[in-house]
Amino acid sequence: MTWLRSCPDWGEKRVVRDYVAAIVGVAESDLGFTPNRTVLQLQAQAAKAALDDAGLTRNDVDAIFTAGNWTWAPNLMLAEYLGIQPKYTDGTNIGGSSFEAHLGHAVAGIRAGLFDVALITYGSTQRSDRNRNRLSPHSVLTEQYERSFGLPVPVGAYALAAMRHQHQYGTTSEQLAEVAVATRKWAQMNEKAFMREPITIQDVLNSRWIAEPLHLLDCCLVTDGGGAVVVASAKAAARSTKRPVWVLGHGETHTHNSISNMPDLLVTGAKESGARAFERAGVARDEIDVVEIYDSFTITVLLTLEALGFCDLGEGGAFVSGQRTAPGGEFPMNTNGGGLSYCHPGMYGIFLLIEATRQLRGECGPRQVKDARLALVSGTGGVLSSSATVILGRD
Amino acid sequence: MDENFPRPVLDSDSRPFWEGLQRHELWIQYCSLCHQHIFYPRSICPYCFSDDLVWKQSHGRGTIYSYTVVHTAFGPFAEETPYVVALVALDEGVRMMTRIVGVPDDIEIGRKVVVTFADLAEDLTLPYFRLDVG
Ligand SMILES: [Zn+2]
Repeated sequence: MTWLRSCPDWGEKRVVRDYVAAIVGVAESDLGFTPNRTVLQLQAQAAKAALDDAGLTRNDVDAIFTAGNWTWAPNLMLAEYLGIQPKYTDGTNIGGSSFEAHLGHAVAGIRAGLFDVALITYGSTQRSDRNRNRLSPHSVLTEQYERSFGLPVPVGAYALAAMRHQHQYGTTSEQLAEVAVATRKWAQMNEKAFMREPITIQDVLNSRWIAEPLHLLDCCLVTDGGGAVVVASAKAAARSTKRPVWVLGHGETHTHNSISNMPDLLVTGAKESGARAFERAGVARDEIDVVEIYDSFTITVLLTLEALGFCDLGEGGAFVSGQRTAPGGEFPMNTNGGGLSYCHPGMYGIFLLIEATRQLRGECGPRQVKDARLALVSGTGGVLSSSATVILGRD
Repeated sequence: MDENFPRPVLDSDSRPFWEGLQRHELWIQYCSLCHQHIFYPRSICPYCFSDDLVWKQSHGRGTIYSYTVVHTAFGPFAEETPYVVALVALDEGVRMMTRIVGVPDDIEIGRKVVVTFADLAEDLTLPYFRLDVG
């Protein structure tokens, strides 16, 4: 079903499709270091706050979306804990971009009339658990062709892409550092951000090597935290207290599992997920006001910007130079401080949606992008393995 | 070898690969239908979905597609840093992860490399590569 609605502000001819479903509630749980919290508590806290934000209740929720590796079937444990028996359930796990995929799937389900209100959650206590780098001594199935070589995952895989980007295009470590510095400037305006001390390009270059050419400050944080997003049909959104943030387009794909099998280390699946999202939304790249891009590593951002077509392949380094993505820059990006400086509890994608929604509602205080109407969110999961892109807009 | 070293668990896809390495031979698959080489080993061709795959011995030569110098590693690898992990494109057209050993300072993407067999344990040999100096 497609609604056609003309938007007077954009001129008489301008038509926006797909007013099918909207984000109506968003919230984080406690973030950072939460040693006394479980992943279930973090998700319950975020879910309750997101439903309050929406002006809806637990009983309105008839679909559950979550992803995690804290038990064998997260949907079962989470829904039981929250007291929800859903009509529809989706545990798609494609890494950090899972939540952008969940949003697309939720819209599809709503479009099909299968449910009205979906709750998407995520939670992780990886910082408190300190188990992120524990390795199993057995490598099974297709893992066995990589794990014995000692590539630290995921950072080593991203380093392989960064090294090739530098070789092929002449991208410099200074250009990668531009992303970390600009993102830290946004974090300074977000009181929830984990790292708020200003940094310089030289600080990034002086930080220790993790896997060349990536330095410590090219890498995302390791934090605890959870988040929740409430998605509603147009009908249910009308009952919500917050103004709806419409999902205008979505695209997803995954191109590989192990980094050896990435078809081209310099072209991510965002090329396809982005093209589909733009096509569905019927908007152009230069109409996007604010961009939230998964920043597991600085190179992730460059590759994603290129794949999405904001610049040509190989031009990512030049594109972000001169603090172009920082507050006051031409291209506001990762306005919450990103995975690099705000929080990164293992799978970060849900936080991209939370920030984009707040920007479109005009709730971001000092870091608000003025008159933001259209936002693009693009998640990346695994080792550049999965991409899911959504375009959001307000009335 | 460290007891936490991530050892391959051989299965009916991978056994000929690992057993070949123990003989200091690098074996990869080839699709009889679409004539592509295939790595890692599997039961069906990812290009044309044929299940008519045969094993062929690789010449063990290729070029560095990308590499990284690892400075922070975990578990059994923590003590080995720095070391070089690379993706090598074999001349047969497949890509594999490996270590580059005996690394001189002039390691570079595009450099030619040749396989060398690292016997890490009595029952485990890994295919490493070194720069092909002619
Ligand atoms: Zn074939």
